Amino acid sequence: MSKAVLTPKQGGAVHEPAPEYSHGGDVSILGFWFFLATDLLIFACLFATFVILRTHTDGGPTGSAIFDVNGFVAETFILLTSSFTCGLATFALRKGKRKAALSWLGATILLGIAFVGLEISEFIHDAAIGATAQRSAFLSGFFTLVGTHGAHVSMGILWMCSVFYQIWRRGIHPVRARKLFLVGLYWHFLDIVWVFIFTVVYMMGVV
Amino acid sequence: MSGLNAFLSHFFVTGDPLIYASDVLIVLVSLGIIVTLTYLKKWKWLWREWLTTVDHKRIAIMYLIAAILMLFRGGADAELLRTQLAVPNNSFLTAEHYDQIFTTHGTIMILFMAMPMMFALFNAAVPLQIGARDVAFPYLNAISFWLFFFGCLLFNLSFVIGGSPDGGWTSYPPLTELGFSPGPGENYYILGILISGLGSTATGINFMATILKMRAPGMTLMKLPLFCWSVLSSSIIILFAFPALTVALALLLLDRTMGTDFFTILHGGNPMQFVNLFWVWGHPEVYIVVLPAFGVYSEVVSTFSRKTVFGYKSMVFSLLAITVIGYLTWAHHFFTMGAGASVNTFFAISTMCVGIPTGVKMFNWLFTMFRGRIQFKLPMLWTLAFIPAFAIAGATGIMLAAAPADYQFHNSQFLVAHFHMALIGGVVFGYVAGMYYWWPKLFGFSLDERLGRWAFWLWQIGFYGCFGPQFALGFMGMTRRMYTYPANMGWNTLNLVSTCGAYLMGVAFLFIGAQIVYSILKGKRDVTGDPWDGRTLEWSIPSPPPLYNFAVIPTVQARDEWWRRKQSGEAAQRAAFPAEASLQPIHMPRNSSIPFLVGLSFFVGGFGTVFHWYGMSIVGGVGILLCLLARSLQENVDYYVPVDEIKRTEIHLREGVTHGLHV
Ligand code: HEM
Ligand SMILES: [Cu+2]
Repeated sequence: MSKAVLTPKQGGAVHEPAPEYSHGGDVSILGFWFFLATDLLIFACLFATFVILRTHTDGGPTGSAIFDVNGFVAETFILLTSSFTCGLATFALRKGKRKAALSWLGATILLGIAFVGLEISEFIHDAAIGATAQRSAFLSGFFTLVGTHGAHVSMGILWMCSVFYQIWRRGIHPVRARKLFLVGLYWHFLDIVWVFIFTVVYMMGVV
Repeated sequence: MSGLNAFLSHFFVTGDPLIYASDVLIVLVSLGIIVTLTYLKKWKWLWREWLTTVDHKRIAIMYLIAAILMLFRGGADAELLRTQLAVPNNSFLTAEHYDQIFTTHGTIMILFMAMPMMFALFNAAVPLQIGARDVAFPYLNAISFWLFFFGCLLFNLSFVIGGSPDGGWTSYPPLTELGFSPGPGENYYILGILISGLGSTATGINFMATILKMRAPGMTLMKLPLFCWSVLSSSIIILFAFPALTVALALLLLDRTMGTDFFTILHGGNPMQFVNLFWVWGHPEVYIVVLPAFGVYSEVVSTFSRKTVFGYKSMVFSLLAITVIGYLTWAHHFFTMGAGASVNTFFAISTMCVGIPTGVKMFNWLFTMFRGRIQFKLPMLWTLAFIPAFAIAGATGIMLAAAPADYQFHNSQFLVAHFHMALIGGVVFGYVAGMYYWWPKLFGFSLDERLGRWAFWLWQIGFYGCFGPQFALGFMGMTRRMYTYPANMGWNTLNLVSTCGAYLMGVAFLFIGAQIVYSILKGKRDVTGDPWDGRTLEWSIPSPPPLYNFAVIPTVQARDEWWRRKQSGEAAQRAAFPAEASLQPIHMPRNSSIPFLVGLSFFVGGFGTVFHWYGMSIVGGVGILLCLLARSLQENVDYYVPVDEIKRTEIHLREGVTHGLHV
């Protein structure tokens, strides 16, 4: 990656940047924010489509018929907790505590797997009672929106495993601190998207 | 034997002489390339120097070559269409074939010609204009190129393997749902655009980060060359528009492969949602491609009038205004779909508003030329030609934007003439001007002026000859996408004239081809690095620039920094060797084979999905994941160019200069 050529900020106290921002890392982080913006717009379009098709059940199962309150509340709880543990991992890394960072990251990965597992079992259950993506436009929208989020979470898990491996085998380094920071941003982003899914899809579906 | 026959005719398109001829041509050209490369022992060179490169200048050249080839393909399509329409009751093409050709023509021109040509200009000029060594993410830049390349390849393959899409470049469902177009053509369309669209989104991100973060010291945003401003605006729109296209196509693909019901008529699907999503991208797309052309006009006008551009701040402001307003106009593409009067009014007014900042820019260009010492070089000619064409496009655009009147113009030849005035007159003219302008910088030699003038004048005559009559035809009731017409409508002469115009443009294109070939062989070497007496930083370094662009990153004091240096006499030092003490090892990214492999994996996965061979899709998907993983684990991705090597390169590059200028 080529080096950014920046004018140093004039005035103000000069203090050490966080490790992920050193070595020209702020360019990568800015680029990643732009990427998140595009991803956010993808979700926005999927939400818009879902909202339009929400009532188009074509005589098939409705939201209140298939959503299991305990299930989606548990998913929400797990994902929110994982966001927290992920934040702790970044925090530990900044303090140079490799072991702690790895354990928090490991916890995040496990929680992520639990989330995806629950979601898959929810989907299987829905399909078993005939609520498949092919049944109605509402269900197409539901499975695509929630499934896209789930696919993102799965990608995040794979990515975290790779970061875990790198920190575990190669130790702490600004480049890897940045990778952890970025995967963390991604993870929090998915958490926020989930809050919307929780509200717009599930809560509004069961009431 | 008959089993084999059935298989082949399912897989290959059979029975059409045009397609047999292309099959033969494709096989011959591919064989020719393979034999030549093997004979010259160039495979390794090709791989090392080009296919794995992350250098923005080489990526620019690859985009440019692809775009010119696609201009040829799309142009050939256009000639076929116009040939069919030359005379009434013509049976040169069948209805089905006509549909396929206007679909591939429109899609290729916008997505596989205009976009890559624009990215070629981004890559050629932006890092050099802002005094940077490369873009913010060179590796991602290579990925973008290969995604475009393989998406484009996939789309073009449809012509000979499986059959082309025929639902129009807008591809509206339910016509494009499995029930109405069961063949693989529509899948090709979706996957080709999806794959290349991911690359475009990444390019938008890349250039936003590049312009915001990689500028040379001293270059504040208000000192940024206008072309870079236009790239920034265009990239912002890419960022906001492409996700909508991605979603629209992905959902249509799900409908076609997984049996979901987003846009079907059965099971509660809603086709209008596709139309909305499509135009949320489709309208801004026009601004994505036209704003960089505006940027080119600004550079060219000021260079060839030898003046700073008039009203720099209002130029920037109007670019940003178009960026925002352009996003609020999408529904003018379906005024007739019954959204109601208030919705139509909103979109009619917002559409007309775009004319204001565009008008500001037009006047600024004219004021820049006013009392300038204008030099009528090729880039300037194309810029001048843009002004009347775009004025016509604008005026007819306002007519179309009047919602009630649109009930009359909708989908008529009037519309076809309008958008070609805008797309050719605004976009293609600008890109051609930009190509001529930066060609000597990229390649180190100029394009021949004499052949270029022939191309220019033929193109102009052909252009108005082709599209002028269509305005009238539209009023006379001839609709768009109509494959033939009876003899008694009074349309015959106008159509014949239009077709002759199209042929002239085809000849003009051949002149541009001849010009390029001739100039490669005999073109004037650019020994100064500054053949146009330019104003911005890209002209301050030798052509073609060394791998690292700037031996020493410049410090910027003025908007037209290079011009300032020339005026103040500082520039004379450029020909001399950069002060030795100022040289430092340069940090550069390494070449990588992963971007190519990412593109290839997408291609394999996409091809599998086109034919519903999901095993193959999975292979492609696994390939993509492995590439991402390999990159994530890689740490040794850059290196330093040592001072010795910089010294050697700079001395070598300056030999030409000292001989040429006797400094
Ligand atoms: C060589 C010059 C060109 C000629 C002679 C030409 C001619 C045509 C013709 C005959 C049609 C079909 C009209 C119909 O039957 O509806 C068409 C459609 C179209 N053209 Fe061109 N064209 C040219 C260049 C371009 C360029 C440079 C672009 C874009 C950058 C472009 C974009 C389109 C689009 C988007 C359509 C609509 C396709 C559809 O209906 O789905 N054309 N053109
Ligand atoms: Cu529009």
